[in-house]
Amino acid sequence: MTQISQVGAAPVPSGERTPFEPAEAGAGGGTAGDKAVTGFSHGVLIIWSVLVILPLIWVLMSSFKTSSEIFASPFSLPSHWSFINYVNAWTTAGIGSFFFNSVIVVVCALILTMLFGSMSAYVLARFTFPGNRVLYYLMLAGLTFPIFLAIVPLFFVLRGIGLLNTLPGLILTYTAFAFPFTVFFLHAFFRSLSKSIAEAAAVDGAGEWRTFFQIMLPMAKPGLATVAILNFVGLWNQFLLPIALNTNPDNYVLTQAMASFASQAGYSVDFGALFAAVVITVVPVLIIYLIFQRQLQGSVSQGVSK
Amino acid sequence: MTVTASGGLTTPVSAPSSGLRRIGSARWRRRNLTFDKISFFLVFLVIPVAFYLGFVVSPFVQAAYFSLTDWTGFTPTMNFIGFSNYVKLFTDSTFLQAMGNNILMAVVVPIVTLGLAMFFATLVTVGGSARGNIRGLRNSSFYRVISFFPYVIPAIVIGLIWSQIYDPSAGLLNGILTRLGLDQFASFAWLGDPRTARWCVMFVIIWGLVGFYMVLFIAAIKGVPAEVFEAARIDGAGRFRTAVSITIPLIRENVQTAFIYIGILALDAFVYMAALEPGGGPNNTTLVMAQELFTTAFTKGQFGYACAMGVVLALITLAYAGLIFAVNRIFGGKSEVGE
Repeated sequence: MTQISQVGAAPVPSGERTPFEPAEAGAGGGTAGDKAVTGFSHGVLIIWSVLVILPLIWVLMSSFKTSSEIFASPFSLPSHWSFINYVNAWTTAGIGSFFFNSVIVVVCALILTMLFGSMSAYVLARFTFPGNRVLYYLMLAGLTFPIFLAIVPLFFVLRGIGLLNTLPGLILTYTAFAFPFTVFFLHAFFRSLSKSIAEAAAVDGAGEWRTFFQIMLPMAKPGLATVAILNFVGLWNQFLLPIALNTNPDNYVLTQAMASFASQAGYSVDFGALFAAVVITVVPVLIIYLIFQRQLQGSVSQGVSK
Repeated sequence: MTVTASGGLTTPVSAPSSGLRRIGSARWRRRNLTFDKISFFLVFLVIPVAFYLGFVVSPFVQAAYFSLTDWTGFTPTMNFIGFSNYVKLFTDSTFLQAMGNNILMAVVVPIVTLGLAMFFATLVTVGGSARGNIRGLRNSSFYRVISFFPYVIPAIVIGLIWSQIYDPSAGLLNGILTRLGLDQFASFAWLGDPRTARWCVMFVIIWGLVGFYMVLFIAAIKGVPAEVFEAARIDGAGRFRTAVSITIPLIRENVQTAFIYIGILALDAFVYMAALEPGGGPNNTTLVMAQELFTTAFTKGQFGYACAMGVVLALITLAYAGLIFAVNRIFGGKSEVGE
């Protein structure tokens, strides 16, 4: 286990080190008490890591088994490794098309949110006008109140404009509910950018539009990336809004399709396909996570401490 | 008027930046009627905010109004019935039970999750050698990457995975327990027994969130200047003492934010329940307010009543946040240690 952990951590550059972990930390040494503490720390953290990984490995293994094998023993390896469960999940259960719906909804909502959010945050952060504070607190309220309070009226708002049970309706709702967080976060970010740069642009004759798109937005890239990552995870995992506002089975997004598939599987008992569907849902996110994990973890610690 | 005129003459010479900005915005008000500026304000602020008001703020306000009516959604009219829905709510034993379950979860889940997250974060940051400089644990990024992973799995999928693990006959948990010789668990229904169901459900939520807060706390602890820990060590504080008397007070604001985030989540918990206990669990021991609200609205069609539940949920959420702020204040939130 120790060897694995060393391999896993090997490519981490020195920028990753903590302030308490100087470059010569490899020198080792320390008293017996130190070694005991270090050993204890590794032990506890390894136990937790196993607790996190074990269920996921079990799901992966079960996704190759037939339903009868799953019922026979939770440990047995599949008798032969076939992808029939994956085929069933992708086509029969339609996970493929729901996956596609999720991608469309989340990508569109993300683009709209980032555009609207960055524009409004910029205006609120840079200009003083009557009502500025009120709008800011309105965003804060939208962040704090539970979506559950809004869900019933929202249902009728969407029905009123004919977008209930449609993907565009879902996109607009996702955008609206991700908006306050985006504004809130980017507001702090735009505030920290120097005002003198925007003023210099104005002196040089750039209009407000050009100042924003050619100067301020490129400067805000790190902040935008952080919010985009957090919004992506949040919207991809969104569950309540689709099950309340998008009840047409053709328009299901992945999360609600998984829930309905699981409740159907209770009757038809195709547990193999259920496990396969779980793997299909998790693996793309896992790959994205492993590629972006440094940025994502950075985003989380920035996003929450704001 | 004369004051501003003379002020305008003197400030440009030696004004601080705030003075300059004020002049800038004054000029803004006088000559802002160019197409560039009007269209800029319209597109950048008016349209997004109008959209936000329509889709987020107005539903919140409408919900508060609907909660005072007997609206069923099927009739075009609704009768204003004052606080009757609220009176009914507080005699509705199912809802009160759900509220109790939520409150229990809002106490247990944050304390256990944040306690574990803080413990792990401390091990990672100060678990290394204490001689010379205080060091983090070597190779700790491995643990961070692994523990954080559940955060990116959709909560509904986490629930589905664990409902399979808890399965009485084919689940991993009973498989392991019987393998260890504990045959009494051979077909024990973890999610079907009123004694165990709520703890099993809470464990799933904790499992999914510990890594997230661990990463958050690690980042916060790393933000504390190393000299502070140096000084504590030189003064003879051990690791435990350092964690309790130095680390936690110094990152108190992060802990407060974490408590509020996770408490709001525990007061919701709808997603996890939808996967693990869609029916409210044995004897409704895992029923949460959000589930009751959803059924009341979209199955029973009692929209006015459901909105009253929403208002109660929102008030409890605000009260919870207020409580966290108050507790932080009582335990000396304003007396920073290191600065």
